[in-house]
Amino acid sequence: MDHILEVKDLSKYFVGFTAVQSIDFFVEEGGFFSILGPSGCGKTTLLRMISGFEEESEGDIIIRGESMKGIPPEKRPVNIVFQNLALFPMMNVEENVAFGLKRQKISKTEIVTRVKEMLDRVGLNGFEKKNVTELSGGQRQRVAIARSLVLKPSILLLDEPLGALDRKLREHMKIELKLLQKEIGTTFIYITHDQSEALVMSDKVAVMNKGRFEQIDTPKNLYKNPKTSFVAGFVGESNPFEITSYENGVLTTSHGWKLTKPNLDYTPLKLFIRPEAFILNPTEDLEGIDVVEMKVKTILFDGANTKISAIITQSNDEVLISLPQNAQFEDLKEGDMVKVGIHQDDLKCYKD
Amino acid sequence: MKKRNLTFYLFIIPVLLWLMLLIVFPHVDLFLSSFQFENDDGVTVLSFNNYLSFFEDSIYWLTFLRTALYSISITVLAFVVTFPVAFYLTKVVSRKYSSFFVLLLLIPIWVGELVTIYGWMILLSDYGVINSFLIYLGIIDTPIVMLYTDFSMIIGLLYMSMLFMIIPVMSALDSLDDSLIEAASDLGASKWTIATKIVVPHAMPGIASGGIMVFMLIIGDYVAPNILGGKSSLWFTEQIYNFFLTTINWSQGAAFGFLLLMLSSAIIWGVLKLTGQKLERVGS
Repeated sequence: MDHILEVKDLSKYFVGFTAVQSIDFFVEEGGFFSILGPSGCGKTTLLRMISGFEEESEGDIIIRGESMKGIPPEKRPVNIVFQNLALFPMMNVEENVAFGLKRQKISKTEIVTRVKEMLDRVGLNGFEKKNVTELSGGQRQRVAIARSLVLKPSILLLDEPLGALDRKLREHMKIELKLLQKEIGTTFIYITHDQSEALVMSDKVAVMNKGRFEQIDTPKNLYKNPKTSFVAGFVGESNPFEITSYENGVLTTSHGWKLTKPNLDYTPLKLFIRPEAFILNPTEDLEGIDVVEMKVKTILFDGANTKISAIITQSNDEVLISLPQNAQFEDLKEGDMVKVGIHQDDLKCYKD
Repeated sequence: MKKRNLTFYLFIIPVLLWLMLLIVFPHVDLFLSSFQFENDDGVTVLSFNNYLSFFEDSIYWLTFLRTALYSISITVLAFVVTFPVAFYLTKVVSRKYSSFFVLLLLIPIWVGELVTIYGWMILLSDYGVINSFLIYLGIIDTPIVMLYTDFSMIIGLLYMSMLFMIIPVMSALDSLDDSLIEAASDLGASKWTIATKIVVPHAMPGIASGGIMVFMLIIGDYVAPNILGGKSSLWFTEQIYNFFLTTINWSQGAAFGFLLLMLSSAIIWGVLKLTGQKLERVGS
C-alpha cells in the first residue's frame, strides 16, 4: 500500500514551549489512523499543521508525494471535522454540505446529485431543508462528516468529534464511523484522548505524549505489548508498581512484594500488571506463575467490567483484579482470602 | 406581599413618569399642534394643510429625499468603513489591546460633536491643514474647496456616527466562533467568500441595529449639515429648525417633525423587511 501521508521530522515551537517535537510517521492509503494522547500533548497542533492552519517550525508534511510547505488550508487535499463541528448556523443541511462544492467549478446539477448522494450515504436524506440547529447531536455529526467527505479529500482529519456526545451515542457513533470509513475507503486521521475510541476504530494508533510519539502500533499490540511505561499506563487499565531492586531474576516492589521475572538485561524501575492478568485460584500445575495470597477489600461491581480491589498480604500493595461474572466467584465477598497467580509474561517492566 | 408591592410601585413610578412626561405627552402635543392651521381670517382650525404643504412645495420633499438618500448612503458608508475595523478589533488583535483601541474610538464622543466639527473645519478649510500640506508638497497650486460642501458634510456625519456602527457590529462578531471561519477556509472558501457568506450573515443583527442607530442619528442631525455643509446643505432638520425659530410657525414645524419621524421609520421598516431581519432580534 502507498503512503498517503508522510510526516518527516515535524516540530512546532511556540514561545516558551515545544508543542510537537520531531515526529516521524506515515499513514497508509485507506487506513484509519488514530492519534491518542492526553489533553495538551500536542495532538491538536499536529492536526492543525496537517490541515494547514498552523505552520510547521521544522520538518515536512507530504501528502500523496507532494510537500505541503506553504500551501494554505483551502488548497490542501485534506478536510477537517472540527471538535465543535463548526456547522454554519446560517445555512440548512443541504447548504452546509454543498458549501465546499460551490467553491469549486462544478455545475449546479452535479452539486445537487453529489450532495444528495452524500446525504443518503450518511443516512440524512429528507433532512436537506432542516436548519442545522434543529438536528440532534448525532445528526449534526453526520452533517459535519458529509460536508467534508463530499469534497472527496485524500485524508479526512477528525478532531475529537465525538467529545460532545453523550456516552450511549458515542458508543454508537464509534461503530458507525468505522463502518463509514470502511465503506468509502477515505483515509481517516482521528484525534482523541479517549483510548476506547482509538482502540475500537483504528487500524493503527499512535500514542502521543509531551509532543512526541511514544509508540505507533495496531490497537492489539499497543494493548498487549506497550513499548514505554507511558503507553502501559495510558492505554487500558493497569496496576502500576515502583521497582526498588532486581536481583537473580526477582523483582521487589517498593512495598516489598517479590515477583519472579527472569532474563531482563536491564534494571527495571516500573512494573505494570493488567487487571485481567491476575488468575484467581490458579491450578497448581501451571508453569511460570507466581502465586500470592490476597485479601478482598471491596468488590466494584460494573457488569462485565466488575473488579475487586485486593490487598496483597505479603506487602500491603493494593491491586485491582478483573472479576469474571460467572458462577465460580459468585460468593466472593469482602474480607475473603484468595489465591492469585500472575504469569511472568504479564509483568510489563520498564526502565523509566 | 403588600410590602413588595410598595417597592414595586416605587420603582415603576419614575419609569412611567419618564415615559409619559418626557416622551408620550410631548409627542402627542406635537402631533395635535401639527394639525392646527391659521386660516385667512386668523382663526386656528384643524386641517391637513401643514402636511399638504410638504407635498405642494417641491423644495420640501426634494430636501427630504436628499436627506434620506444621503442618510442611507452614509449609513452604508459607515458600515463599509467600520466593518473591517470591527473585524480586526474582535478577531485579529488580542483582547487586551482591543479594549484600548475601543477607548480610542470613543474619544470623539467625549470631546463632543461641536468640537470635532470645528476640528474638521481646521483640517478642511481652504487654507487649512490638508490644503496647506498639499500646496507645500507642490501637488496643487490653488486650494481645493472642501469645506461647506457635501463632501465635508458627509465626512462630519460619518465621523460622528461611526462609533455607533462599530460597537454593535463588534459585539455581534464577538459571538462568531473562529472555527466557522477555519471550517469555511478548510472547505476551500476564499477570504471574500468567508466574509460574505459567513462573517457578514453572522453579524447581520449587529449590522442592522448599528445601521438603525447611525441612520437615525444622521437623518436627525442638525449640527454637522448646518456647519460643515454650509448654506447649500439643505438638510431636512434645518427646515424644521427654520419653522420653529425663524418663521415661528410651530404647527408647520410640528408637522414636518412628524413627517421626518414617520418617513425615517418607514425606511427602517422597509430595510429590515428587505434584509429579513426582525426588530426583536436587532434590538437585543
